[in-house]
Amino acid sequence: MTMATSFIKEINRSFLISLWFVFLTFPIMVIKVDSIEKTIQWRWWNMLYVALASFILSLLARWIKIWKQTRASTNDEDHGLGLEALIHSIIDDPRKRNVLALVVLAFALVFPFSFSSYQTVIMITALMYVVLGLGLNIVVGLAGLLDLGYVAFYAVGAYTYALLNYNFHIGFWVALPIGGLLAASFGILLGFPVLRLRGDYLAIVTLGFGEIIRLILENWGKFSHGPSGISNIPRPGLFGIHLSLDNAINYIYYIMIAFVIITIFIVNRLQDSRLGRAWIALREDEIACQAMGIDKRKTKLTAFALGAFWAGIMGVVFAAKETFINPASFTFLESAIILSIVVLGGMGSIIGVILGALVLILMPEYLRFLSQYRMFAFGAILVLMMVFRPQGLIANVRRTYKFEKKEEKRV
Amino acid sequence: MNYFVELFFSGLTRGSIYALIALGYTMVYGIIGLINFAHGEIYMIGAFTAFIVASVLSIYGFPLLAIVILSGFAAAVWASAYGYTVEKLAYKPLRNASRLSPLISAIGMSILLQNYVLLAQTSDFLAFPQLIPDFPFMDRYADVLGSSDLVILVTTAIAMIVLTILIKYTRIGKAMRATAQDTTMAMLVGINVNRIISITFIIGSALAAIGGLLIASHIGQINFYIGFIAGIKAFTAAVLGGIGSIPGAVLGSFVLGLTESFATGYVSSDYEDVFAFSLLVLILIFKPSGLLGKSETKKV
Repeated sequence: MTMATSFIKEINRSFLISLWFVFLTFPIMVIKVDSIEKTIQWRWWNMLYVALASFILSLLARWIKIWKQTRASTNDEDHGLGLEALIHSIIDDPRKRNVLALVVLAFALVFPFSFSSYQTVIMITALMYVVLGLGLNIVVGLAGLLDLGYVAFYAVGAYTYALLNYNFHIGFWVALPIGGLLAASFGILLGFPVLRLRGDYLAIVTLGFGEIIRLILENWGKFSHGPSGISNIPRPGLFGIHLSLDNAINYIYYIMIAFVIITIFIVNRLQDSRLGRAWIALREDEIACQAMGIDKRKTKLTAFALGAFWAGIMGVVFAAKETFINPASFTFLESAIILSIVVLGGMGSIIGVILGALVLILMPEYLRFLSQYRMFAFGAILVLMMVFRPQGLIANVRRTYKFEKKEEKRV
Repeated sequence: MNYFVELFFSGLTRGSIYALIALGYTMVYGIIGLINFAHGEIYMIGAFTAFIVASVLSIYGFPLLAIVILSGFAAAVWASAYGYTVEKLAYKPLRNASRLSPLISAIGMSILLQNYVLLAQTSDFLAFPQLIPDFPFMDRYADVLGSSDLVILVTTAIAMIVLTILIKYTRIGKAMRATAQDTTMAMLVGINVNRIISITFIIGSALAAIGGLLIASHIGQINFYIGFIAGIKAFTAAVLGGIGSIPGAVLGSFVLGLTESFATGYVSSDYEDVFAFSLLVLILIFKPSGLLGKSETKKV
């Protein structure tokens, strides 16, 4: 009886919510005006879609909430999705972990030979976002500094290689460290003034910084060739051997695999280092952290610089891969995509960020018919993740010491 | 001299629009301490609703005055509805979460709303009908101050006065000030804090929608992306004046509007946005509390 009445109540509630959304979306979803031709198009079907979608989604959200509550009250020990528990059990067991890593590596190494070069190019992009996500993960996930202008450092790296090559014919491998270091110094340059700012101000300043860099690149034509960009950037060289297009793509692919492995290794080591623990402490509580004798200034600056370094390196790779760059590649949306990767995967979690990058970059590539909904979905992901699962797909589990009582032997 | 006066008035016009948007930022920040990143999109949605309603009415042959009033009303109603819904969906569940979560949620909401309008309407620039006619008595001053500038200045002034009265002399205003001062305490004396937060979002959104209608009719075109830049600039203005302070937001908006206007007039129009962003970075570095804001010390 109570079940039935509460069920009817839920239906009623969802019905009201869907009515509200029909009202809310009425002008923008239903009416479409052509003010030049003076015609109005009434799209009543959209109204039905909105009503149905909001009805089902509100029921679903309600159900998830109840499900979460009952689970929290009945079982405290078991948290996380089944998949997550599985992944954690693999990470925690070194033997399983090594086997998995070998399998993934073997798959990655034969990938270009078993798939077309089109697939390889997509994979290169995904791997670049893995590294970018891991770089931003240092700043956002570990140090807790919300950086919305991350793409600026990416742009610095890309333009470093493009301009150095255009003006001085400097090759990829020389430009690579220069791009990274230049981006890192930009990171410090931005980091210095904003050190005193609280989290949300920091987000806006970095956003402003990202836009300033893009606007300068767009308007300072003599320096950066303006909106038309720079073309004919050479691909990475291999001891002066001339590579065919397919081989050049495979070469970049293997470079990226190497970068991903190096980045995972370094970030993993950093996380458990003194510096990494200082970042995490800083994220949790700045004042307590300073009281423990951690130099806030130095810790934040290294986070900025290291995050920017990876973006700079990836910028150089991006320029080499695309052979053409212009300021339109470095808009705020790019920063938002990288942030979505970190948030979806789970802030601070390496496996999570890798998974997040692969899902967010590969899925729109293979679901082309949905590609126009891509940015819409990214926005929705950010909101939904924050509301329902702030820790991300694969939550970062901090190392904890466990005291296990030895069972006393019964005599 | 004429050029100077012209730039001055165009700066005031810009400043008025920024003020209408910045008030929403500063009021929300004052109450829940959140930078409502999606506020710029609310302004954009206000402009779009006004565009749709005005176009439909003008196709059906309504008189101009009725179009202006009805489209302004519709813009305010729908923008408020969006502001209210955004708060309920994206911010309310995160009231007790860490500082970063609502901010990320707000950024997500901003991207979501932008692309919602892009998908449901169009990515092209739309020609906005001219809602404000050229008044004959303004002909003498036409080279320094256009009719629509005048309407924008007057409307903004009226909106400011109404808002001031609302906040200073009404029960709701009193409750809002109390909530801004201390949420827990306000709850204890019987103020429905959730309702006050909703009202704050509604008022802020309605003001932004009016700003959207005015600027769209002034410039003559709209696009799904206008909210992003306008939002950031209005936020700059709010920070410049001291975020959380209502007179500060208005002052900051005029300072920003005039700075931009003179900078583009005398230096270069290519770097219009760079000036605003640089100003923002400079303020935050040297005086993060803004012109009229209180500096806060963080306690353990």
